[in-house]
Amino acid sequence: MDFLTLVQVLDSSLRLATPLLLACLAGLFSERAGIFDIGLEGKILAAAFVSAAIAYITGSVWVGLLAGIGASVMLSAIHGLASITLRGDQIISGVAINFLAAGLTVVIAQAWFGQGGRTPPLQSGGRFEPINFPGAVPSKEMADAGPLIQLYSELLSGHSLLVYFALLMVPLSWFVLYKTRFGLRLRAVGENPAAVDTAGISVIGMRYAAVIICGILCGIAGAYLATALQANFTKDMSAGRGFIALAALIFAKWRPWYALVACCLAFSSQSIIAFKISYYQLGP
Amino acid sequence: MDVMPKWADVVLVPLFSLLLAAFLSALLILAIGESPSEALSLMVQGTLLRSAGWGYMLYYTTNFIFTGLAVSVAFHASLFNIGGEGQAMMGGLGVSLVCLFIPWPHWSLAIVGASVGAAVFGMIWAGLPAYLQAKRGSHIVITTIMFNFIAAGVLNFFLVGALKPKGSMDPATANFPASTHLPTFEDMAQLLGFEKMFRSAPANVSFFIALLACVAVWYLIWRSPLGYEIRALGKSGPAARYAGVGSVKIIMITMMISGALCGLMAVNTTQGESERLILNFTEGAGFIGIAVALMGRSHPLGVLLAALLFGFLYQGGAELALWTKIPRELIIVIQALVILFTGALTMMVRAPLERLFLMAWRG
Repeated sequence: MDFLTLVQVLDSSLRLATPLLLACLAGLFSERAGIFDIGLEGKILAAAFVSAAIAYITGSVWVGLLAGIGASVMLSAIHGLASITLRGDQIISGVAINFLAAGLTVVIAQAWFGQGGRTPPLQSGGRFEPINFPGAVPSKEMADAGPLIQLYSELLSGHSLLVYFALLMVPLSWFVLYKTRFGLRLRAVGENPAAVDTAGISVIGMRYAAVIICGILCGIAGAYLATALQANFTKDMSAGRGFIALAALIFAKWRPWYALVACCLAFSSQSIIAFKISYYQLGP
Repeated sequence: MDVMPKWADVVLVPLFSLLLAAFLSALLILAIGESPSEALSLMVQGTLLRSAGWGYMLYYTTNFIFTGLAVSVAFHASLFNIGGEGQAMMGGLGVSLVCLFIPWPHWSLAIVGASVGAAVFGMIWAGLPAYLQAKRGSHIVITTIMFNFIAAGVLNFFLVGALKPKGSMDPATANFPASTHLPTFEDMAQLLGFEKMFRSAPANVSFFIALLACVAVWYLIWRSPLGYEIRALGKSGPAARYAGVGSVKIIMITMMISGALCGLMAVNTTQGESERLILNFTEGAGFIGIAVALMGRSHPLGVLLAALLFGFLYQGGAELALWTKIPRELIIVIQALVILFTGALTMMVRAPLERLFLMAWRG
């Protein structure tokens, strides 16, 4: 495996790890506030469908992104209502949300577009385009470039905006959770809600805030899947990413920086395996 | 606290939840431009007014009884077995190994062997997450979900590899020998002298195994010492431990019973219907078990009734997909709403009912 191949593997793992990372941070906020959220999967799926559908109808990826976030936040609100206000079972509520998203997306996609539960492919403007940094070498000339240029042009440059946003969310989440009053309260609500209540802070309010943040991040993850990684929605396109994000979250011990490492590891190993298989099948 | 009499809690709350779910589904059907009343009449015509419809409905019901019982048993120990799908897949592997590699003289022996195979494989697949939960404290919901993905991978591995007959392009095993084929309701009706009943419907004798399983689970949970220990652990872990109930042992046993029940589902689908092992034969029944268990209040009788309801919905949904623009996934939506209302939003459903009863008592 030469250096360029390694860079390409890292590049594709970063691309694939982005929705996972966003979902992982979403789960982080929710679980730090004491709300277990197994419905990440459903929220990603719902956001993927709504963003793709609305981006197709309006032709604007930003409207699609907002609509996707809206759909995800709505499911979050249901989860909040069930698990915070009505004190129902959090796991069952999450499971229900997963099924709700899995069913509704296909039913509505079929009714709107009649393509067997898919949305039509998005044209440019309806999806997030890769951002090429100044001075980045196009992929045709990549093989002749030096290692640093390869790193710069292949790994750092050429991703869609949401990839950089997800990476930026890691330090931002760390800052919010560990360096702000809001973050301290949010963590305290998860650790010891009675103490927070005694201090005169609304436990319910904090938990709703956490659940809504979770919804926003899942919405962005879903929109990334359908409008950046691919250019349409397909049935069950979240493919268990919400569950893998939960596992990565546990592996990351509920910390933002560890989450980055865990998510990249999970998908870099996957893309290395995928690369190896294609190498052996196509190789001499 | 007990504002409502027990019967109201057991009967009215699930019924009210179901009505809510049905109402929202009707709105959804309206929103996609179809008529809810026509949809309902199509479902009834295709399911309840034809004997073949009954045959399909009872076939699905058999699956849902097994998975519903499995989830209920785990619920009694406060465990959430969401891995029914994977356990059923492994059960299918067990059934096909038993049916393919042991020469059975008669189906009545084969069904016993296949049931044992299915139960053992399902048991192992539930036992691994149970061990991780009991010994290592890992979250059983996440591990059982992950084991669904692993089971799908394992099944795929065997069906494109070792178990696929030579020269076949289909990811499936060879057909099971004729001596293992189970009598369907059609065969049984003919035996009793009713021709043209249950024509080519897949319901088969494993429905009666499902009924037996209902009785067995009822006995296990409410009439046996083990069931008492399971319920004690479910109600309060520390109290059960104080009373000398080994939590590791009970968690393992409960999950393994749950896995065995899910595995048994494969006798119906694999030996009874497809008569070979195919990909995706579970068709989400492992997940519907959650809705069935919640709706049936984790009681075998309730599970049986809820399984009949979901069998009706499943077969009716297939009819809808055939005759209207409503896709089959509508059933997933209904299933999600039932889970939401009976499992997570119980307070919302119960509060107005309690208010009604309070008003009635005050006169």
